Amino acid sequence: MTKEQLLDLKRLSAQIRLDILKMLLHMGYGHLGGSLSLVETMSVLYSKYLRYDPKNPRWTDRDMIVLSKGHAGAVLYAALANLGFFDKEILNSLNEGGTILPSHPDRLKTPGIDMTTGSLGQGTSLAAGIATGFKLNKTDQYVYLIVGDGELNEGQCWEAFQYIAAKKLNNCIVMIDINKKQLDGWTKDILNPFDIAKKMEAFGFFTVKANGADEESISMALDKCREIKDGAVCIALDTTKGQGVKYFENYASNHSVKFNNPEIIKAAEDAISELENYLKGDKKNV
Amino acid sequence: MFSLDINNEKTELAKTFVATLIELMKTDDKIIALDADLGSASGLEKIKKTNPDRFIDVGIAEANMTGIAAGLSAVGFIPFIHSFAPFVSRRNYDQLYMAGAYAHNTVNIFGSDPGFAVGPNGGTHTSFEDVALMREIPEAIVCDASDAVLLEWIVKTFAKLKGIHYVRANRKGVKNIYKKGSTFELGKANVLNEGKDILIVCAGQLVSDALDACKILADKNVSAQVIDMFCIKPLDAETLLKCAAGKKAVMSFENHSIVGGLGSAVAEVLAENAVGVKFKRIGVNDRFGEVGSQEYLQKTFGLTAQNLVEQALTLLGKN
Ligand SMILES: Cc1ncc(C[n+]2csc(CCOP(=O)(O)OP(=O)(O)O)c2C)c(N)n1
Repeated sequence: MTKEQLLDLKRLSAQIRLDILKMLLHMGYGHLGGSLSLVETMSVLYSKYLRYDPKNPRWTDRDMIVLSKGHAGAVLYAALANLGFFDKEILNSLNEGGTILPSHPDRLKTPGIDMTTGSLGQGTSLAAGIATGFKLNKTDQYVYLIVGDGELNEGQCWEAFQYIAAKKLNNCIVMIDINKKQLDGWTKDILNPFDIAKKMEAFGFFTVKANGADEESISMALDKCREIKDGAVCIALDTTKGQGVKYFENYASNHSVKFNNPEIIKAAEDAISELENYLKGDKKNV
Repeated sequence: MFSLDINNEKTELAKTFVATLIELMKTDDKIIALDADLGSASGLEKIKKTNPDRFIDVGIAEANMTGIAAGLSAVGFIPFIHSFAPFVSRRNYDQLYMAGAYAHNTVNIFGSDPGFAVGPNGGTHTSFEDVALMREIPEAIVCDASDAVLLEWIVKTFAKLKGIHYVRANRKGVKNIYKKGSTFELGKANVLNEGKDILIVCAGQLVSDALDACKILADKNVSAQVIDMFCIKPLDAETLLKCAAGKKAVMSFENHSIVGGLGSAVAEVLAENAVGVKFKRIGVNDRFGEVGSQEYLQKTFGLTAQNLVEQALTLLGKN
């Protein structure tokens, strides 16, 4: 990746992060932590890997994203708006009655949303089915399956993983957002997942670890996975819940945040102006 | 015996649920609570402080939680499980059916934020069918709690019984209806007032709205009677038939699909007893849930006092 390309990716990440913060602050609450941990992943996927057409969101030859941890819909919406799937003003209608942006992604409502998710675990099998269909159709399309580390508690994930590995679905790239937290707290305290990368290897996946806050690292992992033609592939993304905003990384209840006191509102506003300044700045100074 | 204490104040029903379990745990060391990574949303994680080994957070695994609860009951424990209503009715249905009901194990279920109470969690988290699913399980008891006093009584009653027991309720604030200390009877409807023109059979959070509708109807010279059919299974056919007798019309009013829930149960009784009265089910008509505030959803699905009034007037031929 050239320096220029990397800077472009970082700018897109900043823009997505900014839009998530603005959207959730406008609404007054929302799934902040798990949306922020996927910002860099989304900007890499949409910039470098996915084949899509914002003017024709249902283009049959497109690659697909299944955001199985559907509560992080905000990160997808921010990405889609920046890529021209719909007007940015629509972002502020998140969760409003009649909106095209419900808290959990809905493929019937939003241009660019490939699959409906929200009941955790179910996206894994859906992606497995999509990947099987691509194979049956003999196309080279990919489906990127994004799963939460807490979500892995659901047995359905492991049923899907067994299938994906047994059927050698190299066209279903499983990306696990290992931000070490779920709703009630740390994953290791709720239901110790042990070593997720090792588990995936034991399930038969070619598994690559990546720094989920670093576009270059994510991109290298995706390149490696796409070289594999005869087996299942997984990227274990090392991330932080609330990623990219120190205050929210350290905020204990950062799963669903309520912007209901001056301190937390200020933290969001400060992060917003910092990101806006960054985006206004000269590329070379970054 | 119950009496009414309608005061426009609200109680958060998740708090009532948790406080009741903690109270029960003081005298019964067999009571145990399980949640599936919503312990902070339900408040059940409080039990970690009061009774550390009587709260199990199984992680995001509702089917597993249901099986674990059934297993616990097989060795003498009295399990209460919680998640959002769709995830402890739909998602874990076979575990409830087989590991629970069929094997005669005990699982007490609190399905929270049913129907429009889902608010911003939207369509994927909406359950307009949980009552229908639960009614279908042989011997299961199915309740919809209209206020905190009733919910407390239901939870305490479930704790004494063996089998599959389901109660749905909003986690958030719901208007108070009953006086503290009221007692009820499982399988007996609560007749809330007298009325001669129309009977409104209702359950859950909508009971308050039905009472509001009653007042509006009274201004229009329609005398409406409301019964809180909090126990949807077994249904109190006797009270239903008694109250329906002589009325010009009967209506059911539920925060649920009109297929398989309270309205269906009422229709079954009326039809089988040849009660030839005008009848209308007010509920969700073959639609999925969607996102929005509770108020927006209540309006969108026609689950308001205003709509109930309109429908009642139409049914009586007064519109
Ligand atoms: C089947 C199901 N059960 C429960 C929930 C409620 N819920 C939403 S997000 C969440 C925690 C998810 O944790 P994780 O997958 O680690 O996501 P992240 O921390 O990355 O946001 C829970 C329990 C749900 N959406 N679906």
